[in-house]
Amino acid sequence: MTVEKKRVSVTANGQACSAEVEPRKLLVHYLRDDLGLTGTHVGCDTSQCGACSVMVDGDVVKSCTMLAVQADHSEITTVEGLGTAAELHPMQQSFWEEHGLQCGYCTPGVMIAAIGLLKENPNPTEEEIREGLEGVICRCTGYQFIVSAVQKAATRIQETGVNLNSQRLVGEGTQND
Amino acid sequence: MTKMVGSSVKRKEDARLLTGNGNFADDITLPGMLHASVVRSSSAHAKIKSIKVEEALNHPGVVAVYTGKDLEGKIGPIPTSWYVPGCNLKEPPQYPLAIDHVRYVGDGVALVIAEDRYTVKDAAELIEVEYEDLPAVVNQKEAMEEGAPLLHEDIENNIALNWKAGEIPEGIMENAEVVVKESFYVQRVFPSPLETRAAIGQYNPGSGELTLWCSSQNPHIHRMVLSEVLGISEAKFQVIAPDMGGGFGGKIGVYPDEALIGYAARDLERPVKWIEERSEHYVAANAGRDEYIDVELAGKKDGTLEAIRVKNTANLGAYLSTMGAGVSTIDFGMMVTGSYDIPYAESETFGVYTNTTPTDAYRGAGKPESTYQIERIIDLFAREIKMDPVELRRKNFIKKEAFPYQNAHGLVYDSGDYEKPLNKALEAINYEELRREQEKKRKEGKLIGIGFSTYVEMCGFGPSEVVGAVGFQGGTWENSTVRVHPSGKVTVFCGTSPHGQGHDTTFSQVVADKLGIPIEDIEFVFSDTKSVSMGWGTYGSRSTAVGGAAVSFASDRVVEKAKKIAAHELEVSENDIEFENGKFQVKGVPGKERTFQDIAHSANMAWNLPEGMEPSLEAQYFFKPENFVFPFGTHVAVVEIDKDTGEIDLQRYVSVDDVGTVINPLTAEGQVHGGIAQGVGQALWEGAVYNKNGQLVSGTLMDYTLPKARFFPHIESDFTETPSPVNPLGAKGVGEVGTTASIACAMNAVVDALSVYGITDLEMPLTPEKIWKTVQEKEGNQ
Amino acid sequence: MIPVTFDYVRAKNVDQAIQQLKDSKGEGKILAGGHSLLPLMKMRLTEPQMLIDITGIDALKEVKKDGDRLIVGALNTHREVSIHPEIKEHIPLVAETARQIGDIQIRNKGTIGGNIAHADSAADLPAAAFVLNAEVLITNEFGEQSMDIDSFIIGPLITMMPEDSIVTGISFEIPPAHTESTYLKYFHPASGYPVVGVAVVAGTDSNGVIDYVRVGITGAGDVAFRATSVEEALIGKTPSEAVIKAASKSAAEDGEMGSDLFASEEYRENLCKVYTERALTSVLL
Repeated sequence: MTVEKKRVSVTANGQACSAEVEPRKLLVHYLRDDLGLTGTHVGCDTSQCGACSVMVDGDVVKSCTMLAVQADHSEITTVEGLGTAAELHPMQQSFWEEHGLQCGYCTPGVMIAAIGLLKENPNPTEEEIREGLEGVICRCTGYQFIVSAVQKAATRIQETGVNLNSQRLVGEGTQND
Repeated sequence: MTKMVGSSVKRKEDARLLTGNGNFADDITLPGMLHASVVRSSSAHAKIKSIKVEEALNHPGVVAVYTGKDLEGKIGPIPTSWYVPGCNLKEPPQYPLAIDHVRYVGDGVALVIAEDRYTVKDAAELIEVEYEDLPAVVNQKEAMEEGAPLLHEDIENNIALNWKAGEIPEGIMENAEVVVKESFYVQRVFPSPLETRAAIGQYNPGSGELTLWCSSQNPHIHRMVLSEVLGISEAKFQVIAPDMGGGFGGKIGVYPDEALIGYAARDLERPVKWIEERSEHYVAANAGRDEYIDVELAGKKDGTLEAIRVKNTANLGAYLSTMGAGVSTIDFGMMVTGSYDIPYAESETFGVYTNTTPTDAYRGAGKPESTYQIERIIDLFAREIKMDPVELRRKNFIKKEAFPYQNAHGLVYDSGDYEKPLNKALEAINYEELRREQEKKRKEGKLIGIGFSTYVEMCGFGPSEVVGAVGFQGGTWENSTVRVHPSGKVTVFCGTSPHGQGHDTTFSQVVADKLGIPIEDIEFVFSDTKSVSMGWGTYGSRSTAVGGAAVSFASDRVVEKAKKIAAHELEVSENDIEFENGKFQVKGVPGKERTFQDIAHSANMAWNLPEGMEPSLEAQYFFKPENFVFPFGTHVAVVEIDKDTGEIDLQRYVSVDDVGTVINPLTAEGQVHGGIAQGVGQALWEGAVYNKNGQLVSGTLMDYTLPKARFFPHIESDFTETPSPVNPLGAKGVGEVGTTASIACAMNAVVDALSVYGITDLEMPLTPEKIWKTVQEKEGNQ
Repeated sequence: MIPVTFDYVRAKNVDQAIQQLKDSKGEGKILAGGHSLLPLMKMRLTEPQMLIDITGIDALKEVKKDGDRLIVGALNTHREVSIHPEIKEHIPLVAETARQIGDIQIRNKGTIGGNIAHADSAADLPAAAFVLNAEVLITNEFGEQSMDIDSFIIGPLITMMPEDSIVTGISFEIPPAHTESTYLKYFHPASGYPVVGVAVVAGTDSNGVIDYVRVGITGAGDVAFRATSVEEALIGKTPSEAVIKAASKSAAEDGEMGSDLFASEEYRENLCKVYTERALTSVLL
């Protein structure tokens, strides 16, 4: 069976992007292979690991369980849209300071999922963070420093008033020390 | 300048990983790149009657299909890298694709190459393989029985090896006052790096050079082995490990798939990428553990331990993996006495072929299993003689004064002070109070358990003569080159191959202290066989103890040469120069000095060097350690069991590890946490399960439980520091201690909770159902 | 894991979606959040040739009160269900259940309609749906109809969905004002699905006697069920630990237990009892 390709246009990290894809193309492959946003990774086939988590219209979703065509005309934020090495987003900054990553493979998805968590619950307890991270798997850290990083990010985001809903989430007023 | 070694420096590698700028295998795209998919056997044991490839070949976008027959004589079998001597080891050939006989679900039968990653999956489904099923055997004990199906016709009873070490003199066991016996099963688990395996091959038909990007923990070993398999000169073959999403031992192995990708890229003269899928990973990538361990521990009623006899029956899977023979023999068997001064030990191992995916090293590789049996049996011994398990451990600890200590099997433990972490851990949990609390709650009918693991492990592989003597096909020394650029900035090369451990940072800390330069001025190159001299990779917690030591020595050599140049420029004798904080200073003459950067410039310009001195400032060091290193420590777990559901509430987990000198407390703690999560994971949740027909039942993350954040309490981790005399850093290894200690620790806690029912053992993982059934049986269905 | 090739269209309204389904001649499937469908398609367990995306149909997002029922539009995501003021007010059990589905990412994308239409035996929502006498609202070319949840879901991934129809909403009975409810879930450690999930709505009259009690159980077997034996044992009684314990013993009697790698029938039966007891205790004591 051959089907016509569909044009999928999105605003990814604030930039208008477009590509023709098969309807069956998964969003994660559209982001990685068509838009070159390789920061988002694939860790499983079955929607468990959350390494592929991205924001679509402000909601964190697993991009391996979504078709690119479903995301047409949406606004997408991936890890590349959080912050730059020179100007890290508070979540990235906190992951760095608290050693919330080791191999770094799950990290982009975990940070995006954690931002999703903080959007729902800006000031979570340790237990709420652990439960809120149900949708991500990290095999390296044992999660403890991820939990500390999310705690720290929550405080920092509240202090600095970073808008988690803005498309490009670069940290405002945070110092990259 | 603040000393870098010993401080919690934030990681240098994080900036790229945090911003999506990592470079993992699947991030690499090359012009004209093709995609590969391996068609795998759906049968655990069968003869291949036919493979129909036409439909796949005719599918639009398909470039090539290879079967085992197509490759016969073109690429060799994949050899093991560990020929353990004296055990009658039998290595059957493992062809990159099965030729006419498949031996496990996941055995490769065809390779499909197509223009894109979707088409290749469609085409792979079009390959039709006709199998003639043969009886399968998945359990190693059953595989050894007479009449069991044979995997390899010429290997009797499927026995790959029978290894023995040590001898207990006659009479010791027989006349012992107390002998405690138990049989344990350390179940099969999956290392499960979050990034599956991956390989990309690129061949230059003009130069004849092949490049293989490969998610490997040891690219130089991959090059060494695969150059033979593919018949290509090592000098024309570059293996690069890009950023990796973890390894945990699962990416030590040199796999058929990697050989296939190298072959196809060369054959098709186009780049070929293969990215393993998760469900494919669980049938095709090496698993860990799967060992039945029978233990007998003999001693006196006063708690003096006298002898231990251990038999390990290990499932090697269908073929001999890269380190397959060594894990359950050398790694496991030599350490069975643990941290205790037990005069006699006897170890025996049977390695058995079964219709399952091969097993290989997984975090700790043999040491977690070894620790498991001794730490479990010592608890049971304590119960038998009615002694507190801590007291029994303390009584039998190798004493601080006894180091270097030779264990019953002849291994020499480098340094130790086992009381130190034990005391610190006891204080952290307030042990006596905790026991009183436990007594009180037991009276209320609650099931509370306290578990200990006072482990020691062997790591830092290792002294070349020793690893050679035990049959390992590698040198396990390490090399480092420190290259100083004219500006004084430094590039350092090292033969270990980090994949999440943070060696860019920790090794830079070592160099920064040695050269007195800012850590930002140092960049590391690892994991590329073209830029880095022969090295042996990252596994067995060897990187800091061996690679880090090489880095330290190479830095010394740079300073040594720089000092000569400084003395020459300052017109004093070398003895009058002291080097501190990056400055070569004439003793007692303030201001008469040269900075490290000055000398870097001078050395590289070579306008005025001491007579006969070679230009430039660069030094290489090949470090061959004289011994392994032996980290140790105490872990404590506290659990409460819900009688109604059997759920285990892990209430506290305390770890005090002694990994020698700690280079970076933050990353060291991270390693411990991760190790504990994997060890506790094995004890409580993880388990690879095959059915009788050899089908993997736990083949996705829907069924195989990787621990999640909510499974753990806040881990209370701490260190003591007893430096190793084996290397200049005093460092031991930290990558595996968490796992080595924690499997037994978590189990001991649960068994302690259930000891009120007289329970001595349960099979891991401790699913709530198992616990619930045990409680039901013991309390009777009310 | 990649689905087989298929075509994709978007529907602007319900009528168009139905027409597109008809045009696909049985090869089409409705796509909402995709969280039930796409995993199956990736594993190639289902291979529709056409996906009809209905997420643009705003009418299917409505939540409205209809007498003693609350109708939740099919396209509301689990997240939306969990925070919707009217749902929280009238059928808090549904909001509480939705809050425990999967994880944040899944709740943001998966929809209540898709979840029910798929009849995944391991889903969370059926427990609440059974307890609140849910009706599945279905539209096709012949018009609208509603089907009781227990006649709609007949097996794992098997429903009585008529051909070329779409689920437009789920209608839940609003329980009496004096009742309270809860959903108690035993998470499968790997998949996050309920090994057993127990939904309870119950209340007592002015004399402290149980005058309303419904217990629904999901996850334990192929289909969710009402634990009517438990309900019968409780009605008219004054709640106490002993009464609840005794009643909960029959929690597994009205359903068939399943078994898998993680939990046997026997263990699931036990979990039904224990979780029913705990859920009832939290509501009634």
